[in-house]
Order: sequence, then C-alpha cells, then structure tokens
Amino acid sequence: MAGADGDDSLYPIAVLIDELRNEDVQLRLNSIKKLSTIALALGVERTRTELLPFLTDTIYDEDEVLLALAEQLGNFTMLVGGPEYVHCLLPPLESLATVEETVVRDKAVESLRKISQEHSPVDLEVHFEPLVKRLASGDWFTSRTSACGLFSVCYPRVSSTVKAEIRQHFRTLCSDDTPMVRRAAASKLGEFAKVLELDYVKSDIISLFTALASDEQDSVRLLAVEACVSIATLLPQEDLETLVMPTLRQAAEDKSWRVRYMVADKFSELQKAVGPEITKNDLVPAFQNLLKDCEAEVRAAAANKVKEFCENLPEDNREQIIMTHILPCVKELVSDTNQHVKSALASVIMGLSTILGKDNTIEHLLPLFLAQLKDECPEVRLNIISNLDCVNEVIGIRQLSQSLLPAIVELAEDAKWRVRLAIIEYMPLLAGQLGVEFFDEKLNTLCMAWLIDHVYAIREAATCNLMKLVEKFGAEWAQNTIVPKVLGMANDPNYLHRMTTLFCINALSEACGQEITTKQMLPVVLKMSNDQVANVRFNVAKSLQKIGPVLDNNALQTEVKPVLEKLASDQDMDVKYFAQEAISVLPLA
Amino acid sequence: MMGDRPNPPRAMSSAATTSPSVDKVDGFSRKSVRKAKQKRSQSSSQFRSQDKPIELTPLPLLKDVPAQEQPELFLKKLQQCCTVFDFMDTLSDLKMKEYKRSTLNELVDYVTVSRGYLTEQAYPEVVKMVSHNIFRTLPPSDSNEFDPEEDEPTLEASWPHLQLVYEFFIRFLESQEFQPSIAKKYIDQKFVLQLLELFDSEDPRERDYLKTVLHRIYGKFLGLRAFIRKQINNIFLRFVYETEHFNGVAELLEILGSIINGFALPLKAEHKQFLVKVLIPLHTVRSLSLFHAQLAYCIVQFLEKDPTLTEPVIRGLLKFWPKTCSQKEVMYLGELEEILDVIEPTQFVKIQEPLFKQISRCVSSPHFQVAERALYYWNNEYIMSLIEENSSVILPIMFSSLYRISKEHWNPAIVALVYNVLKAFMEMNSTLFDELTASYKSDRQREKKKEKEREELWKKLEDLELKRGLRSDGIIPT
Repeated sequence: MAGADGDDSLYPIAVLIDELRNEDVQLRLNSIKKLSTIALALGVERTRTELLPFLTDTIYDEDEVLLALAEQLGNFTMLVGGPEYVHCLLPPLESLATVEETVVRDKAVESLRKISQEHSPVDLEVHFEPLVKRLASGDWFTSRTSACGLFSVCYPRVSSTVKAEIRQHFRTLCSDDTPMVRRAAASKLGEFAKVLELDYVKSDIISLFTALASDEQDSVRLLAVEACVSIATLLPQEDLETLVMPTLRQAAEDKSWRVRYMVADKFSELQKAVGPEITKNDLVPAFQNLLKDCEAEVRAAAANKVKEFCENLPEDNREQIIMTHILPCVKELVSDTNQHVKSALASVIMGLSTILGKDNTIEHLLPLFLAQLKDECPEVRLNIISNLDCVNEVIGIRQLSQSLLPAIVELAEDAKWRVRLAIIEYMPLLAGQLGVEFFDEKLNTLCMAWLIDHVYAIREAATCNLMKLVEKFGAEWAQNTIVPKVLGMANDPNYLHRMTTLFCINALSEACGQEITTKQMLPVVLKMSNDQVANVRFNVAKSLQKIGPVLDNNALQTEVKPVLEKLASDQDMDVKYFAQEAISVLPLA
Repeated sequence: MMGDRPNPPRAMSSAATTSPSVDKVDGFSRKSVRKAKQKRSQSSSQFRSQDKPIELTPLPLLKDVPAQEQPELFLKKLQQCCTVFDFMDTLSDLKMKEYKRSTLNELVDYVTVSRGYLTEQAYPEVVKMVSHNIFRTLPPSDSNEFDPEEDEPTLEASWPHLQLVYEFFIRFLESQEFQPSIAKKYIDQKFVLQLLELFDSEDPRERDYLKTVLHRIYGKFLGLRAFIRKQINNIFLRFVYETEHFNGVAELLEILGSIINGFALPLKAEHKQFLVKVLIPLHTVRSLSLFHAQLAYCIVQFLEKDPTLTEPVIRGLLKFWPKTCSQKEVMYLGELEEILDVIEPTQFVKIQEPLFKQISRCVSSPHFQVAERALYYWNNEYIMSLIEENSSVILPIMFSSLYRISKEHWNPAIVALVYNVLKAFMEMNSTLFDELTASYKSDRQREKKKEKEREELWKKLEDLELKRGLRSDGIIPT
C-alpha cells in the first residue's frame, strides 16, 4: 500500500460521496457498484472512519441501490483492513438487514453470513453475536426475519453460554407473533438443526419442529416439511419413529393441499432420510395416498416422483412393493382426468422398465405406454416419446413401433407449433433407434413436410433436423433421399420455400461434403441468384459465404466469384451488402 | 394450473399471413385453432371423495310448529345444515341438496323476521353451521399464473348453498336480537383468521359477502378490532414481499377505508406505521391496477385525518415510482393528483422539490400517456395556485424538460400541452422565465462539462484500481 496515502489527496471524500448521492438513480447505482474502487481510492483508514459511517447514516435509498450496497459490503473485508477490522462492516449491514424489501434483506443476510466467517471467535462474540441478538429482538418483523438466517453461522464458534442464548432466541422466533417470522424460522430450522449438538436436536429442535408443523398457517406448516428432511438425517434410526414420524404422517394427510404437495415434492429426500424400514412401513402407504390425492397438483407432484421412489426402494423386496402397491396406482393415473398428472407420469414412467426388467415391462408396463401413446393430450404422448431410450435398453423399441408411428404422425401434425417443434427434436433419436429402413419408409415424408410448415420456427428446426439425420445416416443416404427433394423446392412458386432450400443447403453442405455440394447444390444456388425476390437473392449471397469453405478453389474462382460480383451491384441495398460481405470473407482474390 | 397456450411466433409468420391472397400464394393454411374458454368452476377438495349418499331426515317447517317449539327446531335445522355436499358431482344427492337449499332459505327468512328465536344455545350452533360450510381449504388456482385482469375467475361450485349461508350469517349478525357479548365466545380470533383466509377466494361473489361479514364483525366486536387490523397487515405484507398473490386485496382495502375513516385523532403510532410500512409498499405490486382505487382512497383518508403525513407518503411514492411500467406510472400520477387536491400549502412547500423533479421526468416521458397525465396537473386550479405561489422553486426544476419537449416530443398533442404550460409559467413569473430561457444554453453546457468531469474522475479511479492491482477476489496484494 506504499504511496497510497499520497494519492488520497486527489480524491477528497466529498467528491466521491457526491457520486454516491447523485440525483440520477442510475448514476448512483453505478457508483455503488464501484464502491470498492472508491474505498480503494480512500485507503483502508478513511474507508473505515469516513465512508462506512456515511453509508450507515444515509441508508434511505431505492431498493436497487441498497441491494447493490448489500452485495458490495460482503466483499469488503480487505478494503477495511482485513479480518481484524471486519466488524466495521456490521453497522451498515445491520441497517440493511432491517429494510422491508426482501431481496435487499436477503442479500444483507447473505453478506453477513459471509463476513461472519472472517470474524475471529472473539470478535464473533463481541461484535457479531450482539448484532444477531439485536435483530432477533427488533420491533419490526423484518429484523427478526433476518436474524433467523444468522444463528447457524455463529452457533458453532461461540462459547456454551452464548450458545444457550442463541438457542433461546431461535426458540422465541419460532413462536413469533407474525407468520412472516415463523416462516423464516421454519425455513432455517433444518440448517440450524445441523449445527446443534445431537442432544439439543432431540430436546429443542424436535419440539420446535412439531410446533411449526402444526402451525395455524399452512405456509408455515409446509416449510416444516422441508426441515423434516434435515432433521431426520441427523437423528439415529431408532429415534425417528417417536420423534419425526408422527409429524410426517400428519403432514402427509394435512388438510391443506399445499402441505401435501410439499410432502409429495420432497418425497425422494424424505425417503432417503428415514431409511428403508420406515419407507416400507410408512412411506409406501403415504405415497399411495398422494398418488390418489383429490387435488391434481398433489397427484402430479407425486407422479413425478414415481421413478425415483421406486428406484430407491430397498432392493430385497423392491419388485414386490412396486408390483403390489405402486403399479395399481400408476395404472389409475394413466387414465387420470387431469392432463398435467398424466403428463407428469409420462415423463417418468418409462424409467420403471429398467427397474422391473424385461418380462414385467412387457407384461405390465407396455400396455400403459401404449395407452399413453394414444392419449388425447399431446404433452403426454410427447413425454413418452422423449423417454423412449429407457425402454429401448430393456425391450427394444420394435415392440412399440407399431403404436409409435401413429402417435408420431399425429404429433407431427398437431395444431400447436410447439408440439410439432418438440417432436422434431426427437427425430434424430428416433431415427437412430428405429433404423434407416423404418425411417425411410415411415418418417421421411414427415421430415420433408415440415420444411414447408407455415411457422418459421418449424421450418428452421426441420432444416436442422435434416443436418442431424445426414450426420447419422451419411452422405450417400442424403444424396439419394433428401438432397433431390430439397433442391426441387428451389423452383417452388412460394419464395419462402425457395429460401428454405437455401437454408437447407447452408445446414447440409458440410455434412454432405465437397462433391455433393459442388456438383449438386452449387448450381442450384447460383441459378437462384437471378430470383426476382430480393430476400432470396441476398440469401444466395449468404449461402455462398456459408458453403464457400466446402468448395474447392476452382469453383470459387470460376463460378462463385462472378455471381457474387454481379450481386454486389444489385439494385437492392441488402443484396449488395451481403454480397460484399461474402466477397470480403471468402478467399476470392 | 399449468397454463397451456403456445403462442405462434408472430414476427416470423406475419409475412406469410398478412392477407388471404398472400396466404394462397404461400400455400400456408392457418392452423391455429384456439379452444374457446370454458367457464370453470371448482370447490374445495375436502368434499370430493365421499362415496355414500347423504341422507337427511326432513323436518317440519318452522312456521308450522308452535312458537315455543321453534327454538328447538331452529337448532335442529342448523345442525342439519352442517352437512356439506359435493357440488363438483352434479348428479349426486340431488334431492338432499335441494332440501338443504330450502332449509337454508327458511333459516334466512326466520332470522330476518322472527323475534325471540336467539337463545343462548343458538349462538354456538349458528357459528358451527357457518364454520362447517364456509371454512375450507381453497383449491389450487386453475391457471398457473392467474391473471385477474385477463382470466375469468373460477367460480365456487357450491355457491347455491354457500350464498345462503353467507346471507344467513349476515342477517344473524345484523339481527336486533344479536348480542356481541354472547357471540364473542364463539366468534373469536381463530374464527376471524379463517374468515380472512377466505378472502383469497377466486369467486368475486364470495369476496363480496365476506367483505360485509368482516365489516359487521369489526363493527360489533371491539375486542377483535386490533387483531383484525394486525392480521390484515400480515396478509398485505405477505402479499407484497412474499407471494404477490391474494385475490381479496381490494375488498380488504375497502373495509380499511371505512376503518381509517373512524380512527380517532391524534393517530396512534400503530396506524401511522400501517400507512408507511404497509399501504405505501402495496404500490409496488405488479397487479396494482386491481386495487389501486381502493388503495388511493385509504391514503387520502389518512392525509385528510393528519396532513403531517403528507411528506412521508409522497416520499414513499417517489421511492417506489415505477421505472418501466407506464401504466402504473399513470396510476401513480392519478393518485398524486388526489393527494395534491387535499394537500395543505405548508405541506406542499416541504415536498415540492423532490415532487416536481419527478413530475418533470414524467412530463418528458416518451410515453405520451404518462406525459399527458402529468401535464393535466396544470388544468387543476388548486394545483395551479400552489405552483403559482411557489413558482420561483418549481419553474427552475421544470423548465429544462418543458423547453426541450416543446422542441423534440414526437407527439403533437404533448407539444401543444407543453406550450400551454410554458405560457402559464411565463405569465406567472416572466422575469424568472426570461432568465431561464437566456441561461438554458449555458446551463446545458455546464451540465455537459460536469458530465465530462465525472467521466474523468471515474477513469482516474479505475486507473488507480489497476495500479493498485485490486484483484477480482477483493484481495489487495501488498
């Protein structure tokens, strides 16, 4: 830092503070984002004695500025002189941790958590912990909410007396008057449990957990479900039954669907946390109930977990549990009244085949797949098709191909372009699994039809699809099956189709190689340079630029160059522009 | 639930679909068929999986039994009406549904016209019947992002019964025989809390009834007032800072409007805090337009009670002034005008500088509706008189924007309005006006110079940063 003091006189704090006070919010924001530069200009001493007090005193600004400030201060330790002085950062962050806007407060808490690690154990008790206590007993709910996130970072590093105080504070906040604070406490319960000694987990945390899980507000209860995962992981197996399970059972049958949804959503984590025995006895029936829940939201969340749940069942009687308990529910879900439930199931159901093996798949799952392939909702069919690879490994895709084809054809012609787009994306995968013969026979026409779809996004995707197919089936296949059709479109009366030819050529030239490009594609492109539509002509210029690297020098000089020169003197501005660009990029000279 | 509306890529397909003739040439058929939206209805989940039919034994009509037997029969009918039916299943229990409906109708009439029916035993039974029927977990919203402005609300399927239950409850609360001192044992904090949760109902008809119910309860149960206000506080804070979703904000604000009206002076700290920490932040919510009228009414009520709150309120609005949403800006400007309509001149002076800096920004907004709304202030006589009194402060703030717009705004209507405003200023204070016109150019130059100095300062600072080698991780090598 030598020489720094001399420079400081150049930057009187007033000038810098003016910048932080600028009337224009955007400028103020820019200045705050470069707060580290300002601090650097001031040096550590004046940052501590002048800049930080200024920041602490004048915190009344737009939330966006405060957010930037809260973030900056988390990285300020070195700028105030290192860990020895890090506590100087606490006052401004403390104020920021009490503002109303959640994002600002959260960021302030994040920064406080960060710099807490830079405090020595002594400083932590002298400076940091009192701050946490002040926040925890603040008048307005915002400071108490912020306090919830700070207990777990100081708890492990303070003396046992202070630890007892912290536990007491946390307990108080768990039964706070405002639901906002109880929600904050509930969401940090798991994290706090992790840093507590096991005895206190059993004595303190469990009672808090039980209380929060039966809170009058469902928004609090559902957060307790999340904490349940962490708590169950911490406790020895023999205590789970008495300490956790009653609450979990109650949550799985809560009268609020939001809580049940949360249970369904966290089911895999819960399953891992409670272990195989409890899973067998308790979670299997609970899961069955969730799959049969009266709210579609809950059923969909549970349906999403079917594969993971089955995968994580204890192996010794996994198959038996699935066959007798889970599969019947799954069968019902296949004909659920809600399409989102069916669609959630369709996105995971194929995964069951690897777990159940070939025979069960053919006997029990295949009928379900086939039913879903015929579902009235396109998302369901699409989800089945997009997961075909799982089945392919177990029973081979041929088993399905008879039903697959009508499903694909129908999706390919769906009225919603997003559905058509999605099925195009699976074409290369399908082509790989079904083989070139099947493809040529059944799917090739579809792929070509997409090229003249009325939605550009589909035409574009179709072009890209052709490229992937050529990469898969090779140049010879391309020459025989698709190139003639693509080039044929160059004479179409519709200029959009003619342009599609050019887009296809752009995509295919590399995969097809020099010979096909030079002999078959280039002449078509060159001929199109006389098109009456300017959009086609400038796309010719773009195409020439694109396929140029694939061509040999002779073709470039004798055929491409004259055409581009002609286009460069076109009467249309855009055509000229792109022709000139192509000339400058290609090695034509 | 999860919405499902693929949008065609408009920009891309427009070329193909500008006119039918082009369509033909292009050979593109318009395929997008959007299904007509159906009216949706739903009801709470708790009723859904009842399998067995419900049987209620028909009771005689109240008017057909002797007066001394009526209270007893009244209780029996209340108990029967605790049974709830599944209205999603339109075919089940038809007869019993009709029976309950007519019983409820009878009860409504009975509490309206009868005398001496309200025995002490009736209170818990009434509250029980109402609780059984109205308190329920609201089902998930059908559309993922329910937009109350665009989407049709989902209507409550059990409304044929529910409406009568609400009707009955309101008549009960309003009945001359009703005694809050007895009822408060049953209509307690827990009851109110559940009632408030129902304000999230998507069905506007239900929210309307709830509004009346809550209003009556607030009026009759003094002991619950503070609690009700606190819980509304919590609902709003959650709405603003956590979920941005709650259907009944407008209704709750409407109730608050009349509550604020009745506040005693001087205002308690609690009420001022509510204004500054809850009502003002409500302006930040995305769906402001749905409850803005009610919100602005509450704010103005507060200011009429206590004019010294004007400064914090206006500063609050300025802090949350919309950055990107012109629609909201127009709403803010409207509210501000309502505030200015009742502002005291002494308060105006305190806030005029920051206020007119914002107005000057609005006036120069490229969005003509924003500019227009701000310029309309000059048509308001009271505001004009305030501006005139303080023209020496306001004119310098407004001048450069007005001057610039009069030359550059794209919208001729705005330019015309600006001319009028400039003319008004000229008449108010011609000396100052001439000075400002004369110094306009040099002021701009001074601004530019300042801007340049700023840039240089930052450049120097950045050089310094490089020189000192502040690494990206914030560690200064020594």
